[in-house]
Amino acid sequence: MADTAVHHAHPPGFAHQFEDMEQQRDADSLGMWVFLVTEIMFFGGLFATYIVYRSLYLHAFEIGSRLLKVNFGAVNTAILIGSSLTMALAIHAAQAGKRKTEQVTFLVLTMIQGAIFLFLKFNFEWRADYAEHLIPGFGFIIRQEWGAAGSHVPMFFLFYFFMTGLHALHMIIGFGILIVLTVMANQGRFNADYYAPLEVTGLYWHFVDIVWIFLFPLLYLIGGRYAMSGGH
Amino acid sequence: MSEHVVPVKTYVGIFIALLCLTALTTGIAFVDLGAELNTVVALAIAVAKMLLVILFFMHVKYSPGLTKLVVLAGFFFLAILISLTLADELTRGWTANPGGWSVILPSVRFL
Repeated sequence: MADTAVHHAHPPGFAHQFEDMEQQRDADSLGMWVFLVTEIMFFGGLFATYIVYRSLYLHAFEIGSRLLKVNFGAVNTAILIGSSLTMALAIHAAQAGKRKTEQVTFLVLTMIQGAIFLFLKFNFEWRADYAEHLIPGFGFIIRQEWGAAGSHVPMFFLFYFFMTGLHALHMIIGFGILIVLTVMANQGRFNADYYAPLEVTGLYWHFVDIVWIFLFPLLYLIGGRYAMSGGH
Repeated sequence: MSEHVVPVKTYVGIFIALLCLTALTTGIAFVDLGAELNTVVALAIAVAKMLLVILFFMHVKYSPGLTKLVVLAGFFFLAILISLTLADELTRGWTANPGGWSVILPSVRFL
């Protein structure tokens, strides 16, 4: 066969054009980071717009922020951090050459936590927001007590639903990728030499976590919550 | 190089630190620090959490220089996006609004 002259033997998952496994791993991560930079700019446009409108309608944004369910926001932050830990441990299991059951276990735990996050967000938070007439376009009611700033409160909620919605969409996409990874891990495709799909998905999952790490304080926390509980 | 296996202990430590910072930032939101300090503290804690995630969970601390450069470039361009947007938005009040052609040329009539 002419093929054998060109193709020398290489381990499964190793692409021909790389010098060695390490070079391939570096290239994999680098490529994913270039994609994540475009994601930083993608979300960055929203964050920049949020900053501008918050500076324009500060009072309305503070009113809106205090209407969010901060307990759910905080619990969801913790859950997402937990899912990042299990994602990192799934990669670690492959790196350290552990059995495939360990990889699968951590991947499933990551998916479960992602699902809990989305369940809390959609089924409790957004449903409560709907009941309180806080969803623009779905029977939003401007309350008397908001005063002159009231007409701009829907602007805050547009940002809230669009930003958390876009974040949730990223999580749903990540969830789908995790399903594929779990199947691959269960087939024993990943080992200490080759685990690029795990590593690259981990980068994505952690990035989505970071987006939430900023959404949580920007949306839920910095609207002057002390004014509600304190004696102001 | 990138084949650096981070020990499980490190991951768990980072996880606990992130949980503590989450509890801290949530708690501080209910304390009136005055003026804009609440916002500054909340964002400072968010940046600290982000650095922990990027450096350890995302392995950037153990990545080659090229990867680090790409990560920095991403945040550099984000900084340009936000600072130039604000440089426009926050300085619009510094000069008087031009009145338009009808003010500049009050005697010109277009029939």
